[in-house]
Amino acid sequence: MRLMAQLAMVMNLDKCIGCHTCSVTCKQAWTNRSGVEYAWFNNVETRPGQGYPRQYEDQQRWKGGWTLTKRGRLTLRSGSRFKRLLNIFANPDLPEVADYYEPWTYDYDNLLSAPQMDTTPVARPVSLITGEDTAITWGANWDDDLGGGPEQIGRDPLLTKVSDKVKLEFQQTFMFYLPRICEHCLNPSCAASCPSGAIYKRSEDGIVLVDQDKCRGWRQCVTGCPYKKIYFNHKTGKAEKCTFCYPRVEVGIPTVCAETCVGRLRYIGVVFYDADAVLAAASVPDDKDLYPAQLGVFLNPHDPRVVAEAERAGISQEWIDAAQASPIYKLIVDYQVALPLHPEYRTMPMVWYIPPLSPMVDALAGTGHDGEDAGNLFGAIDALRIPVEYLAELFTAGDVGPVRASLQRLAAMRAHMRRVNLGEPADPEIARSVRLTTDEIESMYRLLAIAKYEHRYVIPSAAGSDAHRLDALATGCSLESDGAPGMTAFDVMDDKFHLTQQPADGNGAAAPVDKERRINLLNWDGKSTNGLFAAVPAHDPQSNGAVHTNGANPAVEPIR
Amino acid sequence: MTTLLWLTLPYVAFTSFVVGHIWRYRHDQFGWTTRSSQSHEGRLLRLGSPLFHFGLLAVLGGHVLGIGVPASWTAAVGVSEHAYHLMSVSFGTLSGLATVTGLTILLYRRFAVSAVRAATTTIDKVMYLMLCAAILTGMLNTIGSNLIGGGYDYRATVSPWFRSLFTLSPQPALMVGIPISFQIHALVVLVLLAGWPYTRLVHVFSTPVGYLVRPYIVYRTRDVAHPSSRRYARAWETAPPRR
Repeated sequence: MRLMAQLAMVMNLDKCIGCHTCSVTCKQAWTNRSGVEYAWFNNVETRPGQGYPRQYEDQQRWKGGWTLTKRGRLTLRSGSRFKRLLNIFANPDLPEVADYYEPWTYDYDNLLSAPQMDTTPVARPVSLITGEDTAITWGANWDDDLGGGPEQIGRDPLLTKVSDKVKLEFQQTFMFYLPRICEHCLNPSCAASCPSGAIYKRSEDGIVLVDQDKCRGWRQCVTGCPYKKIYFNHKTGKAEKCTFCYPRVEVGIPTVCAETCVGRLRYIGVVFYDADAVLAAASVPDDKDLYPAQLGVFLNPHDPRVVAEAERAGISQEWIDAAQASPIYKLIVDYQVALPLHPEYRTMPMVWYIPPLSPMVDALAGTGHDGEDAGNLFGAIDALRIPVEYLAELFTAGDVGPVRASLQRLAAMRAHMRRVNLGEPADPEIARSVRLTTDEIESMYRLLAIAKYEHRYVIPSAAGSDAHRLDALATGCSLESDGAPGMTAFDVMDDKFHLTQQPADGNGAAAPVDKERRINLLNWDGKSTNGLFAAVPAHDPQSNGAVHTNGANPAVEPIR
Repeated sequence: MTTLLWLTLPYVAFTSFVVGHIWRYRHDQFGWTTRSSQSHEGRLLRLGSPLFHFGLLAVLGGHVLGIGVPASWTAAVGVSEHAYHLMSVSFGTLSGLATVTGLTILLYRRFAVSAVRAATTTIDKVMYLMLCAAILTGMLNTIGSNLIGGGYDYRATVSPWFRSLFTLSPQPALMVGIPISFQIHALVVLVLLAGWPYTRLVHVFSTPVGYLVRPYIVYRTRDVAHPSSRRYARAWETAPPRR
C-alpha cells in the first residue's frame, strides 16, 4: 500500500443557479492575460448542451483519456508513446482556438474618437487573436440556458447515446448546470501524455500542475485530457491549467471558485487513497465498474490501520484530522450521493458531483403532483427515464443504478425534512428505504443545506504537511535560517488574512454583531419566535413579554 | 579574407551556438518552447509540418554522412564514389524536396492565415529568412550542381574543412576556389547556427526521447526545502512584510 492524500472537491448540482460567478472570479484571478483569453479554468455549462470546448465529450473525435488495449492493458486513447512522438510535429487531435471560441473585444475607442456624424458610432467587435474586425459566432457560453434551441442542444454528444430511445421534445426538456474545473485525477492522462514530463501530480495533496519552465509546448496534454481542461497559451507557447488555487489551499483557504460560489454548492476536503491500487482500478474491463473500482481505491480515514499507514507515510496529524472530518469523504462514501464525472475516461477524476434532483421535482410539480412527497419522487425517478439515463451517461458510464440511488437519497432527504419542518411525525420508513438512518439523513441535510464555511471547506494547510519533513531537516536553530517565523510567505499571508485565527463562526466579520442571538430561518420550527425579532431594550418592559416568550402571532408585534 | 570567412566566422558561430544555448538554458527556461501555432490553424500545419520536419531530419542525416564521414571511410566499406554520389543525389533531392514543399506550405500558412501572422515575431521573421536561405542554397547545390550539373565533389574540400575545425587544425584554404553556391551555403548556415540559440529553433534540443522510457505519471513534492535554489527566490524572500 502506498497511501497518498488528495485534495478533492464535490459540487452539489441541485444548488447551482448558473450564475457563472465561479467562472468570472477564476478568470479574474488566473486567466485575464493575453494568450489565454479563450481559456476558462472554471466554466459552467448548461446540460444538455455541447459544452466547452464544443463537444469535448466526443472522444472518438478528440481522443482524450485512457482506453484498454486488446490485451486489457491501460493505454492512452491518442495512441502509444511511440505513435504520439511520431505525431509530435502536428497533433492530429488538437482542438483549435475556434473549437473553444475566438476571443474578442470591442473597438471602444471608436465611441470616443468618431467624428460628428448623423448616426451613433458603434463599437465593433475586434478579434483578440488577429486584431482584425470579426464576426462573433460562438462564445464560452453560447448555448447557456439552452440558447440556440433544438439545433444546438441536439449536438450534445451524450444525447446521441440515449437519443435512439428518446426524441427530444425541446419544450419538455430538462436542464441543469454543470460547473467544471480540472479534475486533478488520480490517474491523469494529461501528465501521461506530456513528452517533457512537465505535468506532475503533487505527492502531498494530489494537485496536478504544469511546470511552466519544463513545458516545451508539444501540446499533447491538450489532447490527452478528456475533459479538455488543459489550455495552450498561444502567446507563451506553454500549457496552462487549473491549479486548484494551490497558493490559497496551501494556507488553508478554499479555491477562488469555491470561495465565491453564490450557491455555496462546493465542498473541499482531503481523501486518502492507495496509489498502488489506482492502475488496477483504472484497468477494470467494464466501464460501469469504474465508479465502484474508484471507491475501492479510497481509504477509510477512521480505520486505525489507515491512520497508522498515514503516519508512516509522514502525513501530519492535521491532515489526518482533516481527512477524518472531510466533507468529501462523507458525500462520496458515507452518504454515497456524490458521483464522479465521466469515470469511463479512466482517469479517476477527483471532482465529484451530487446529481440534480430538481429536474424530477420540477417535472412532478409541472404535472400537478406533490413534488416533495417521497412516494411521488421515488416513482418519478423511475418514470422519468430520460433525465436519469442522461445523468448516468455523465456520472456512471451509463449505469443508472448509482444515479437512481443517489437521487433517491436526495428525495428521501427532502421528504423527511419537510415532515420535520412541518412538525409532522417523522416516518423512519423513508430513511430506511434508502438505507440510511434518520440521524444520517439529518446530518446529510445539515451538510448539504446549512453547513458553514469551516464544514464545507476542511483544508489543512500545507505547512502542516511539511512538518515531518522539516522536523527531519531541523539540525540547527530554525530561527537562524531565512525561513524563521514571520519571514515566510505563509507567515506574511497569515498576518494579513488572519488565516490561523479563524473566527468562531464561519461567516466571520461579515456576520451581524448580534448574530448568535438571531434565529436561523432554515432551522425555524415555525412556532418559537425566540430571536426572531431584534432584542428589545431592557427599559421597555410593557411591549415585550408574552409576544416573545409565548410564540403568539408575530403580526401583532407592536411597531416601535 | 579567407581567414575571416573560413576560420574566424566558424569559430565565432560555434561559440555563439554553444554559449548561447547554455546561457539560454540557464536563464530562459520559460521561453524555451516550440511556440506552436497549431491552436490557430491545424489543416495546413498537418500537411506541411511533418513534411518539413521529417524532410529536415533526413537532410540532417545526409549532412552527417556527407560532411562528418570522410570519403576514405565510405570507400573502405566498399562504397564507390559513383555509388555514393548516386545515393547522396537521390536521397538528398527527395528529402530536400520534402523539406522545401513543407516549408512552402508552412510559410504560406504563416503569412496568409492572419492569426498565425499575428503570432509571428520579428526574430521569427529573421530566422525564417536565414532558414530559407540555407535550405534554398542547399537545394541549389544538390539539384543545380550535383543532379543537373556535372557534380561537385565536396567531400574533397568542404568536408575536410569542416572536420578540420573540430580537430583544431583548421584549413581555411580548402574553401578557396570552390563553387560560389557552396560557399554561400556554408556561410548562410554558419550565420544560422550563430543565431540558433536566440530563436525558437532551440526546441530541437528538447526532443523528448526520454518520454519513451519514463513512467506515465510523474509525482513531485512541493519544493519548500530549497527555496533559494529558485530563480526568483531572492526577490520574494527579501521583500519586507507590509503592515
